[in-house]
Amino acid sequence: MLEIKNLHARVADEGTEILRGVNLTIEAGEVAAIMGPNGSGKSTLSYILAGREDYEVTEGDILYNGESVLEMDPAERAAAGLFLAFQYPLEIPGVATMTFLKTALNAQRKARGEAELTTPDFMRKVKASAEELKIAPDMLKRPLNVGFSGGEKKRAEILQMALLEPKLCIMDETDSGLDIDALKIVSDGVNALRSEERAFLVITHYQRLLDYIVPDTVHVLYKGRIIKTGDKNLALQLENEGYAQIVDEAA
Amino acid sequence: MSVVTELKTRTPAETQLLQLAEARGENENARRPAIEALRRDGLPTRKVEAWHYTDLRALVGRRIKDDAAVASLKAGDDAILEPLLANSVVICLDDPVSAHLPDGVMATSSSSVADWQASPNHLDRSIDTIRALSAAFGASSAKIAVSSKTSVDTPIELRPAAGSDSHFYAQVSVGEGASATFVERLEGDGSPAPSTGVSTLTIADRANVLWIVDQEKGAEASHLGQLNVTIGADAVFRLFVLNAGGGLVRYEVHAETVGEGADVQIRGANLLKDGQHVDVTTTLNHRVPNTTATETFRNVVTGGHGVFQGMIKVAKGAQKTDAKMACNSLLLSDEGDFSAKPELEIFADDVQCGHGATAGEIDADHLFYLMSRGIPEATARALLVKAFLGEVVEELEDEAIVEALEARIDTWLDTHA
Repeated sequence: MLEIKNLHARVADEGTEILRGVNLTIEAGEVAAIMGPNGSGKSTLSYILAGREDYEVTEGDILYNGESVLEMDPAERAAAGLFLAFQYPLEIPGVATMTFLKTALNAQRKARGEAELTTPDFMRKVKASAEELKIAPDMLKRPLNVGFSGGEKKRAEILQMALLEPKLCIMDETDSGLDIDALKIVSDGVNALRSEERAFLVITHYQRLLDYIVPDTVHVLYKGRIIKTGDKNLALQLENEGYAQIVDEAA
Repeated sequence: MSVVTELKTRTPAETQLLQLAEARGENENARRPAIEALRRDGLPTRKVEAWHYTDLRALVGRRIKDDAAVASLKAGDDAILEPLLANSVVICLDDPVSAHLPDGVMATSSSSVADWQASPNHLDRSIDTIRALSAAFGASSAKIAVSSKTSVDTPIELRPAAGSDSHFYAQVSVGEGASATFVERLEGDGSPAPSTGVSTLTIADRANVLWIVDQEKGAEASHLGQLNVTIGADAVFRLFVLNAGGGLVRYEVHAETVGEGADVQIRGANLLKDGQHVDVTTTLNHRVPNTTATETFRNVVTGGHGVFQGMIKVAKGAQKTDAKMACNSLLLSDEGDFSAKPELEIFADDVQCGHGATAGEIDADHLFYLMSRGIPEATARALLVKAFLGEVVEELEDEAIVEALEARIDTWLDTHA
């Protein structure tokens, strides 16, 4: 589903190279975890996959279902089935949450040549997903993410994911700022979306999240490269030993 | 030190304005002194502090270049309009008596002209420029009174005379404990010679007034407006100014709190495109203790020149004044600019006053977030611009009014942004 080939990227403004030849393949149905110390390029990778303009790909390619996404803007990538759950979801004053959800959902449907949802159908869909994620109806009446707690924002991200039904879900440190109860709600939400057709790229610092969202593969990103790949036991090993030994091995 | 008397040379535009004033005929005696004052002083230039960003002499001069421009004044151009708010009663300011008014509302015509000999804006000249023009041209004058303790549910829409050479002077009073909503509707193709509209609004104790200015004049139109408000004890004055048209526009608001507990809430949206010069100048005069004011303007600039001058004045003894002012501009193009000049003048020591002005582009992070959910760039930008303006409109809270204003704003954005 996703093939990242020798991806080099730098910050567009200043030229600092952050990714230095990432190779990674994720199959449909797979849950891949990316771990790595601070500054290894994890968040940058997620932003580049989603199409953020602040970064410039200097070499390599990102293939999604066999086609390069590099020339696609973020909205086109989203309509094709990519979704980034933000580490820090943005507060957007003045944009009503429901208006936003409906606009996004129908824009994607339109881009794929599907009929737009009617308002009653849309409302039903939102209500059902919100209940599962324990999102109070009052939250949905507020402007997008405005005044939400950290945990509420993360749940709202999962709500968006559930509604938009993406094919490739990239989750950037979804566990950061969550207490154990919220972590469980969010993980249940993610697990409910796991399917044969859907892949996940879960970026995290901590093994803890991977107790709830059990990965098929674990990759260690360090200084802009994947330096080790393994199964879920690699995450446990990292939790016990830290990154030092793996970094030494790779050096 | 020597006193130099500047030799005033009249611009062709000033000459033509004087000819127009002379030609009006009616109400000659009341108008004569103002005409002579204009003959003496002309239009203000950027040397007059109050007009520094809106050099009226140059701007009007550029618009009235030949007789043809003035001749077009005579063409009537106003189609029949739906009122801004559904179920409004419409008062034509040149014929106020013929309106069918709700109980407790009176409208009469009058021959008085605006009091131009002193300016509420101390940065203007010894005469008040907009009132002097209004008085020099002033033919239609209306008095509207809402009786005390009357709650008028029907919005009252005030319309200047049909035709483009319109000048009105409206004196509105709202009695003790009464409430009313007024819409000042400024529409029509207009002409390069400025039309004027001066209103005085007297809000008695415990009364509650919402005044909406909907200025959507044609691209060739010049208009100079002024609203002078006094707010009594525990009274509430809410104002919304929408500027979504006009070529050369200045709208002044001079509000004065005269009773303790008075509350002023000013909100506005200035939408600017290429070729426009739009100026909003306000003074908030806190005369007595314990009064509050908030003022927020949001500007969307796709071209042209925008100006905001906001003055908060707190008189000696007006303790516990709480006044806040903000002017935020969203610059959508390099073609336009916006000048903001917030000022505070405080002669009391126990007050809370603040002001802030910001200018920026659409937030790239916000745009990325919306697009990452599949919302195409153009739609995402439009959502963010509407959100920026919607925040001030929604503070009006009344659903029908919010919808009506957002519909006007959406129409503008769909066409120009």
